[in-house]
Amino acid sequence: MSAIDLPYQIEPHPVTGVTSGKLGIWLFLASEVMLFGSLFSSYVLLRVGSGMEFWPSGVEAGLNVPIGTFNTMVLIGSSVTMVMSWASLKMNKLGAFKGYFATTIFLGALFLVVKAFEYSDKFSHGVFPWVGWPEAGDPSTFYALYFTLTGLHALHVLLGILPNLWLLVFGVAMWETDRERFTGRIEIAGLYWHFVDLVWIFLFPVLYLL
Amino acid sequence: MDAAEVKAHVRVYVLVFSALAVLTIVTVAISYIHLPTPSAIAVAMAVALVKAGLVAAFFMHLASERHIIHWVLILCLAFFAFVMFLPLGTNLGIEPLWPLSR
Repeated sequence: MSAIDLPYQIEPHPVTGVTSGKLGIWLFLASEVMLFGSLFSSYVLLRVGSGMEFWPSGVEAGLNVPIGTFNTMVLIGSSVTMVMSWASLKMNKLGAFKGYFATTIFLGALFLVVKAFEYSDKFSHGVFPWVGWPEAGDPSTFYALYFTLTGLHALHVLLGILPNLWLLVFGVAMWETDRERFTGRIEIAGLYWHFVDLVWIFLFPVLYLL
Repeated sequence: MDAAEVKAHVRVYVLVFSALAVLTIVTVAISYIHLPTPSAIAVAMAVALVKAGLVAAFFMHLASERHIIHWVLILCLAFFAFVMFLPLGTNLGIEPLWPLSR
């Protein structure tokens, strides 16, 4: 072991039973739950405080449900390709890994492109976080939450795509030198990506459908 | 998880994906029924919880994960539940613990 090697990257720690990387990503995801939890809590506070009759549904506020549904399918699809890319490595199929992983990155990018179109449509109608949809009951509060929640989520998607791209282009060289460690890295990248999908599973009905 | 176990899991991943896609369509279809808001919220959150459970259990492998990860999440979810229910207190007529004026 060289001076810069961290212990328990491949073999599980004798006390925790998991690798340091896996415990680390789960602790990070726990903090992410609280980050999004505080924003969901703000949503509940503002919605309950405004009175049900003053809160527009996503459709009333001008959101496009079919586009939101399409993006949900895109993100769910990216989650299954991500887990399949990890499974391919476990089965020693590097070619299949590259295909699934590249598809995951493509679907993540597609999600962001669709989101960008949604944002530009809102901006072109004069809808901003501080303005809102003119015909809705309490639009500025709704859109302040919409842009904050979806913006933070989109940032998480982008921050998932970038390391995934690095792993696909450069990090994959580790497959030749240390297969187990590379597989572990993909598993950790996958846990983050599934969490991003999981957040959207709640954001979609809360913002678009209710 | 060894290669043979992973191979057996691949079919499960495809089934979970199908279930997630169907549940997404179900959520959208229910929204077109125009249920009363409290019922709509309850149904949508119930479906979302099932979907989240599928992702966590199978894609994130929580179903077969070590207990220390479960305990980290249980602690986290306890705080999450507290944060989520805190705003509801503002609507229940509960007296503030620290009144602004004496």
